[in-house]
Amino acid sequence: MKRRITYFAVLAVALCVFIVVVVMTVMAGLVNEFKEKNHRFAGDCVVGTESLVGFAYYEDFVKLAEQQDFIEAVSPTIKSFALKRRRGSEQDDVVEIMGIDPVRDSQATGFGDTLYYHKDDASRAFEIAYDANLVGCVLGDFMLLQDTNSRNLSETSLPRIAYSISCFPLTARGALAQAGTDMVNTKTFYFSDQSSTGLPRVDGSLVYLPFEQAQLLCGMGESTKRASRLHIRFKPDVKIQAGCEKIQSLWQKFRQDKAGETQAYTLDTVTVQSWKQYRRSSIAPMENEQTEMSVMFGFVGITTVFIVLVVFYMIISHKSKDIGILKSIGVSNVDIIELFSGYAFLVGIIGAGFGLLAGWIFLLKINRIEDWLFKHFGFQLWDRTIYAIGDIPNKVEFKILAIIVVSAVVACLIGALIPSLQAARQKPVETLQVGQL
Amino acid sequence: MIMSKDDFILKAEGLHKSYRMGATEVRVLKGVNLNVKKGEFVAIIGASGSGKSTLLHILGALDKPTRGVVTFEKRDLSRFRAGELNRFRNRMVGFVFQFYHLLDELSVLENVFLPAMTGKSIIGWFACRRQAKNRAKKLLALMGLTERIKHKPYQLSGGERQRVAIGRALMNEPRLLLADEPTGNLDSATGNGILDVLEALNRAGQTIVMVTHDERIAQRASRIVTLADGKI
Repeated sequence: MKRRITYFAVLAVALCVFIVVVVMTVMAGLVNEFKEKNHRFAGDCVVGTESLVGFAYYEDFVKLAEQQDFIEAVSPTIKSFALKRRRGSEQDDVVEIMGIDPVRDSQATGFGDTLYYHKDDASRAFEIAYDANLVGCVLGDFMLLQDTNSRNLSETSLPRIAYSISCFPLTARGALAQAGTDMVNTKTFYFSDQSSTGLPRVDGSLVYLPFEQAQLLCGMGESTKRASRLHIRFKPDVKIQAGCEKIQSLWQKFRQDKAGETQAYTLDTVTVQSWKQYRRSSIAPMENEQTEMSVMFGFVGITTVFIVLVVFYMIISHKSKDIGILKSIGVSNVDIIELFSGYAFLVGIIGAGFGLLAGWIFLLKINRIEDWLFKHFGFQLWDRTIYAIGDIPNKVEFKILAIIVVSAVVACLIGALIPSLQAARQKPVETLQVGQL
Repeated sequence: MIMSKDDFILKAEGLHKSYRMGATEVRVLKGVNLNVKKGEFVAIIGASGSGKSTLLHILGALDKPTRGVVTFEKRDLSRFRAGELNRFRNRMVGFVFQFYHLLDELSVLENVFLPAMTGKSIIGWFACRRQAKNRAKKLLALMGLTERIKHKPYQLSGGERQRVAIGRALMNEPRLLLADEPTGNLDSATGNGILDVLEALNRAGQTIVMVTHDERIAQRASRIVTLADGKI
């Protein structure tokens, strides 16, 4: 009976550790992967404005930034909203457009790696293989899925899909640049590639256009040209925070230098943000989810403490006589506490060991298990449309494992503490007399 | 300090012990005085419920008197700190209980050498383990239990268990052996065997205080003390 109770305690700890290891590993993997994708999408630092007007003199700042020894690459971009209509369709979709120079953007962000046809040569991202005179556009793969019902296209034959993109061009003051029936700029682009950033919101709403074309569509290509954002990549040894601080100082100085210029007011809304700040609206919910998950598993930890406490109460109530015997031969209260704490430590270590082993094996096989579940029952553990992951992350982090093992052992020690103290306080003569009954 | 044969190893003066049972106070000991000389074999005899076991527990520092003083080798037990009391129970006295009180998870050998390992650090534990085992084996051989050292207590007969308990009590060569109805749970033949062991130990110089309700058993002691109505 006593041994069975101990096995239950070990099993309870093992189960808790197993669950925490699996969920924390997968969750941490998902969050890290999601952050990494956002980092690749944004570059290290973003200088820009939320205003659809953009900001002027960006070329000067790009030149200035490129002279800095801590900066690897800078990519100016145009960002705005547009109406997209596929040729043959009568439906307009509101999309975000992003005007980029694919080469510069691939140097500053991970754009090149997200392409399907031109992964190895991003400079051809907007080229149309079947007609060099046409202008290409790159669609997010989720958007393409909605348009063509095919997420992965043939590698060799580029489908001929034409889109008309319509924008409302704005002046530097934010007024409509054109009036009457010509107030909208419309241009036809042909599908030239698809981009898969792994960020569902981006891949479902973003159309990449050649920088100059987007600039013209949005009315930012006037004599004083404007851009929406500059995506910056730092040299590999530069810390993000430090790099952003340097960019901030550089920007302040630049702004002062441009104070007398005619469109200096467009610089007022420009901010310098690290990639995390820039993507915080996307990352924060994920981080909150991770925090909530940690809190939930904190409760699992409390449950472990309670289970161990109950088990130790049961063990100690069964061991009252033995405690009396030990005290009669001179075992001290501290020794009794040490004895039960040691026991709890062993329960924690062995339980955590089994839980870790089981969790590790499960994580190794998690993708195979999910494939099997999907194949036979159509069930997915994580909905790919939300998490946009290929495989379920199963990379076990030593730091997380160490925290979980230590927490499990501490939980066992806490759970055993009160019963151990009670055991130590028992009077030997009383427990021995109870044993005689 | 070397003691002469007439020195008292144990002195109890004016021992009172009372328990509270609800609103009623039950007075078990009402001023007990008892002196035990070194090398003596004292039997405390009394009817069931007369307070014999309570007295023995107080003499062995397993319990505290409500009033009165117990001195062991001229040291007042009530002045002992917790650590000193533990050392006293571990080294100065050995207990033999009516119901043996052995640890079922441990083997016979482990039960016997357990007192020698008490209070030791892990290093100390490993350092003295072999020596303790050897002494335990000698004691078990003395008790005629050489063949039983690997057995668990529940695999032994009552008499064998009691001999294991005596072995455990003697492990640290205590100055005083306290036996609480050591034959109370045994048939007369087995009980006599246990008394033979106690007599032999006493002849070898071991001081023994034994509690019993049986006058015939008490006769085996060198001195009989009767406890009646909470007094001697």
